[in-house]
Amino acid sequence: MSYEIRVNGQTARVDVASDTPLLWVLRDELGLKGTKYGCGIAECGACTVLVDGKPTRSCRLQIRRAEGAEIETIESLSPDGTHPLQLAWVAEQVPQCGYCQSGMLMTSAALLRANPSPSDADIDTAVTNICRCGTYPRVRAAIHRAVGEMTPTPTGSDDQGTTGS
Amino acid sequence: MKITRRQVLVSGAAVGGGLVLGAFMVDGDVRKQARKIHGEDGEFFLHTWIRVANDGTVTVLVPHSEMGQGVHTSLPMMLAEEMDADWEKVRMEQAPAHPTFANPSLPRGFILPGDVPGLFNDMVDYATLKTAQLMNLQLTGGSTSLRYTGRYGMRQAGAAARWMLAKAASKRWQVPQAEIEVAQSILSHPATGKELGFGDLAAEASTLDPPNKLELKSPADYSIVGQSKPRFDIPDKVVGKPVYGIDVEPEGLRYAAVAHIPVFGGAVRSYDASKALAEPGVETVVEVEGGLAVIADKYWTAQKALRALEIDWDDAGNGEVSSEDILRRQVADIEGGELDVDREEGDAEGALAAAANRVEATYSVPYLAHAAMEPLNCTAWVRPDGCDVWAGVQNLLAARAQAADVTGLDPDTINVHPVMLGGGFGRRGMFSLDYIRQGVDIARQVPYPVKMIWSREDDMRHDAYRPAITARLTAALDDSGSPSAWLNDHIGKNEPSEAAHIPYAIANTRIRYGEDQTHVPFGTWRSVAHSQHAFFTESFFDEVATAGGRDPYELRRELLADRPDMVAVLDAAANSAGWGSPLPEGRGRGIAIVESFGSIVAEVAEVTVDPESGVKVDRIVCAADTGEVIHPDGLAAQLESGIIFALSATLYGEITIKNGRVVERNFPDYPMMKMADTPVIETVLVPSGRPIGGAGEVATPPVAPAVANALFAATGRRVRELPLRKAGLA
Repeated sequence: MSYEIRVNGQTARVDVASDTPLLWVLRDELGLKGTKYGCGIAECGACTVLVDGKPTRSCRLQIRRAEGAEIETIESLSPDGTHPLQLAWVAEQVPQCGYCQSGMLMTSAALLRANPSPSDADIDTAVTNICRCGTYPRVRAAIHRAVGEMTPTPTGSDDQGTTGS
Repeated sequence: MKITRRQVLVSGAAVGGGLVLGAFMVDGDVRKQARKIHGEDGEFFLHTWIRVANDGTVTVLVPHSEMGQGVHTSLPMMLAEEMDADWEKVRMEQAPAHPTFANPSLPRGFILPGDVPGLFNDMVDYATLKTAQLMNLQLTGGSTSLRYTGRYGMRQAGAAARWMLAKAASKRWQVPQAEIEVAQSILSHPATGKELGFGDLAAEASTLDPPNKLELKSPADYSIVGQSKPRFDIPDKVVGKPVYGIDVEPEGLRYAAVAHIPVFGGAVRSYDASKALAEPGVETVVEVEGGLAVIADKYWTAQKALRALEIDWDDAGNGEVSSEDILRRQVADIEGGELDVDREEGDAEGALAAAANRVEATYSVPYLAHAAMEPLNCTAWVRPDGCDVWAGVQNLLAARAQAADVTGLDPDTINVHPVMLGGGFGRRGMFSLDYIRQGVDIARQVPYPVKMIWSREDDMRHDAYRPAITARLTAALDDSGSPSAWLNDHIGKNEPSEAAHIPYAIANTRIRYGEDQTHVPFGTWRSVAHSQHAFFTESFFDEVATAGGRDPYELRRELLADRPDMVAVLDAAANSAGWGSPLPEGRGRGIAIVESFGSIVAEVAEVTVDPESGVKVDRIVCAADTGEVIHPDGLAAQLESGIIFALSATLYGEITIKNGRVVERNFPDYPMMKMADTPVIETVLVPSGRPIGGAGEVATPPVAPAVANALFAATGRRVRELPLRKAGLA
């Protein structure tokens, strides 16, 4: 079956089975390998992308349900790794093996769009991704750091992503 | 003459010591070889691990895999320090899988201190290809990277390179080498004002032979080591760029999903693949080590087609075995008493018979899966004259040996490409490369490259598990309440054996063990047997203290009187945690201390116990003496990581066997600690000047006993089985 999807501001046409998870379309049809397979049942969050701005576990979203939506992956978070969260992630030296971090970053990006100044409890609720290296304390610190650095520029132009124009 | 495994290993270790020195004295031929394998024009090898380019860029070839522990940064730091290189001009590359780049000192990582651990028995199986290849280890594991490659290899290599560059400068300028100064990648001769960069002299230096003797810097003069330099691998990891095994995509790639033999030890009796083959996109179905593989144009196609396979499995007579059976047999084996003595001091039985009071308890821990975030996968392309393999492995050369064994190809024709590892924790080590064998076995049957990906369920149900161990501990107390005898009888794999030994001054001790006869495959799991035995020893120690009416911290201090290094760490943890200060009702504090991989770690856990929701771990204070600190922030990250890894196991981790197979399938029934459950973690470094110790594994063992002891302090309830979830406590 042929499907037309919007990914990172561009339109792509893919030919896959209708129940193919978006995850494998992104990775193997579009070559966007930053989004990772971790569990296949929407439990671990390694595959998190934004679908119409909402954090979504792409391993459980069938391609036929992704048509018409604006999809954002880690590759679009910033053109050059300078999204405040990415800068904070480097400053806090968050990643260890790094495998879950695309999902962590996309989940956190969605959180900050919805709630520019999250409390620890907000972070606990929003970030339910699994990291086996145990980077949680640093993820939390990096989210707070990013908030601190985004606050002086209330226009928030740096967090609008690359889609939608 | 019959050569025993032990003799092979001991002589291997001696050779290892020699090769450590040899490593930096590699002759010109080896450097030429290195350049042929992994060099470019305008670059010169001063050592197999150092390339210097004409523009002065120093590239360090690191012979270890990066799985998040930071070695791709800390090892180059050690080298650059001795070389006096400008850190801004230092780059890192992972060395390819070739003996030229191997870590020659690895076996010593396990061998010192103490005996040759039986862990190495398995290495002989791998080494059956050639016993001489025993030393061809390019392994990341056993906390060896910094301790051995770094301490003996990288530093020496850096110092040798510095010497060769200085020698080249002295020849060019016709001045004595002793008058050459080196700093920030610049060689200078102050008397004449001459100055050149590393790049200007790289070509000349590469033709020189390194010296026989090198002087290393005094730590007081370090300007790179000891600083938390930003890790090289992190910028890519925040933009989704690193290439893990699962990400490789050679031209013409197909995908494979595997139907694994469900009961360990079983086999495929017969199968009918006709329905699967009829599905669009399916290329073929092949029988492979461990099961059947469907190969298709897309991974999802292959995954779905598994359901259409009709397979009659053989269970090898293991189809009725359950975890309860295994535990029952372990207890029976302990009670049967047919045990081997591992260590005996004094007369433990006699002291027990004469004791005023005795304490006895049986402890057990379950199988655990590794559950690294990147499910196991292997991409291979086998041709008649060679083979390429792309997979995350902790030991590239062992992977090459396995691929050679499966294909029958000459190892020199097999290229194992280094890729980033999405976690290892021991699963991707040399003793459990079943997934490499299977991936290559699939690819060997077709003419194109194939990427085999295990589903999370495959990964969880076909692991090389941390062994389930049962231990019966007995202690005798004298009239003053101090322990006079300590006995530990246990069943289960036990590597390294010192994991069951105790550091406490107890006059009469006896440690005995028996092999487990289980059909469940086992492997190395972060900190190996320390994680099980620390739970037994350090929990039971608290039982002994309680029975004698003693404070568990004070009794530890007293019985560690001849180990001031351990007391210092214990005190640091207790003081930072406020040991002895009052806590509210329902809260408790527990302490534990473990020496492993050359490091000492003490932890104090603070927990809150709610009758409804169970245990919440509020805080872990971790004091560590890991010897000389190369990268303080990286060390702290490894300690945090080891603690959170152990908390998942302590609270939730259990792999259950039923009908001969694993019950758990995925994260919901094998849960992990998440952000919301993560306690406050405070790390305190207590460096004593001991040699560099391990970091990645050493914070893991004390967690379970510290939490269990805190639970006891809060409630009076003693937990002797893990995980706490099993007792309804988490």
